[in-house]
Amino acid sequence: MKIAVCIKRTPDSESRFKVGASATGVDETGLKFDMDDFASYAVEVALQTNEKQGPGEVVAVAVGADNVQETLRKAMSMGADRAIQLKADAPVFDGLAVAKALAAELKSGAFDLIFFGKYAFDSSASIVGTATAELLGVPCVTAASKLEIANGRGTARREIEGAGEMVEFPLPAVVTIDEGIARPRYPSLKGIMAAKKKLLETKPAQLGPLRVTVKSMELPAERPPGRIIGQGAAAVPELVRLLQDEAKVL
Amino acid sequence: MANVLVFAESRGIELRKVALEAVTAARALADKSGGGEVHALLAGPPGISAKAAQLAQFGADIVLVCEHQGFARYARESVAATLAERAKAGYRAVLLPFSAQGRDLGPRVAAKLDAPIASDVIELVSAGETITVKHPGYANKVNITLALTGSTVVLSVLPSAFTPKENARTARTESLKPAAVPGAERVVVKEIIEGAKGKLDLGEAPVIISGGRGLRGPENFKLIEDLAAAFGNAAVGATRAVTDEGWRPHADQIGQTGRQVSPQLYVAVGISGAIQHLAGMRTSKTIVAINKDPEAPIFKIADYGVVGDVLEIVPELTTAVREAKKGH
Repeated sequence: MKIAVCIKRTPDSESRFKVGASATGVDETGLKFDMDDFASYAVEVALQTNEKQGPGEVVAVAVGADNVQETLRKAMSMGADRAIQLKADAPVFDGLAVAKALAAELKSGAFDLIFFGKYAFDSSASIVGTATAELLGVPCVTAASKLEIANGRGTARREIEGAGEMVEFPLPAVVTIDEGIARPRYPSLKGIMAAKKKLLETKPAQLGPLRVTVKSMELPAERPPGRIIGQGAAAVPELVRLLQDEAKVL
Repeated sequence: MANVLVFAESRGIELRKVALEAVTAARALADKSGGGEVHALLAGPPGISAKAAQLAQFGADIVLVCEHQGFARYARESVAATLAERAKAGYRAVLLPFSAQGRDLGPRVAAKLDAPIASDVIELVSAGETITVKHPGYANKVNITLALTGSTVVLSVLPSAFTPKENARTARTESLKPAAVPGAERVVVKEIIEGAKGKLDLGEAPVIISGGRGLRGPENFKLIEDLAAAFGNAAVGATRAVTDEGWRPHADQIGQTGRQVSPQLYVAVGISGAIQHLAGMRTSKTIVAINKDPEAPIFKIADYGVVGDVLEIVPELTTAVREAKKGH
């Protein structure tokens, strides 16, 4: 089975963010970057699927500047066989443009499965995976929290509001991966050494004209500082009074 | 003058609240664009047409009713094709809710139309030659204003960011055929595994009572459920620590990697307030925190904090809330 996994390099989500001088991006000074959380689940699912389905190939693909090579090496140190960087120098917030670049690369790859994270932390948009599937003309299941592949078909569970949706689909397909499906493995020392010798190709990303651009970024308004109104059960009457009279939510 | 096409989301025979929010947002966008019409696409099983009046009440000028037995469950490919096909008639924007369905549909429609898309919109900033919108990125830590250039754009709006506003129109109803046969879907819904009956969804509940590790064990979530029941309009959430432990289902997780919510009232019980959790609830209107550690970070953002033993305080609060509700 031939599997692609599309990943993204994003800043550590625990960081404190500042807006950069141009106000159209975050200030990257001091930020730690790594493989996006959901992308790391997608890599794990890709590797496990490949292990279960017998020897095949897992290809990691990313759109990004040269520092994304580090992220692609990480995917290879986890077990991906090779990697492709689609080079784009600035972060792209046009999800459809990213999907076009990925689809242009993936369309000739004869992949049985293409995995994505359900969204990436920075853009938080849930666009690229689904749009790529649409451009490739293959079925797409978004936000899968469980996945089984057997006999050229997949079954998946998706979390929808207040329920789980069980779906069945034929391969080839695109599946975007939710949290909780698999715990991403740590690269072993052997894996890290092996990754250095694996093939990492770089090609220009065929993004086309960008029609969604960042006009500005700003930090959201701070909440007013918190206040402690009392201790123990004795504070309950005052709490209820505030909820009724001040917050008007009771 | 520019018309706006909006996807009026339903499940089975029921309209979802996010449909009214999306229609409200569509009305605002049409007005900003010089007073165009709002056309709402209502796809569902036979009988869904009964919901058209409700869409008119919230600002739809035309309700496009697309009834088919195949729409009893979410038919992603057929709905996306129908929405895209209709959008080709010439709309300034296609609006959807950023719900489980909407976030699945939006990129499909955008790719079919080759239209720029922005999702998870919390504010429509301006609508001229370009449309600018505000969208929270970086787990709600940075607001991003995006400019979209294109004759038609696709936008999905965050649930609860737009409060449904009545704006009654005398809407016309037109019936529409599905642009692709729902029976030919490649991705087929085999089963819907319902959560507890009558349970409010976290994205829609005006009140959320959420529990963390401070509850000390899964059995004490009974206290959280009792408090939610006393409110009557509350859903129960949990922290990642708790869902990772298996105390609560994964779908209940509120936080950066779980659900992002902004209810009228959020009650955090036994939750210390890790950044990962705050990212999922910091936009709640009013926050109450109950925790034994006065230094817990949750108290830095709680409008009302109570320090102490949750097992002692929560039952008292439940009784008091029940009493207060009775007084109404």
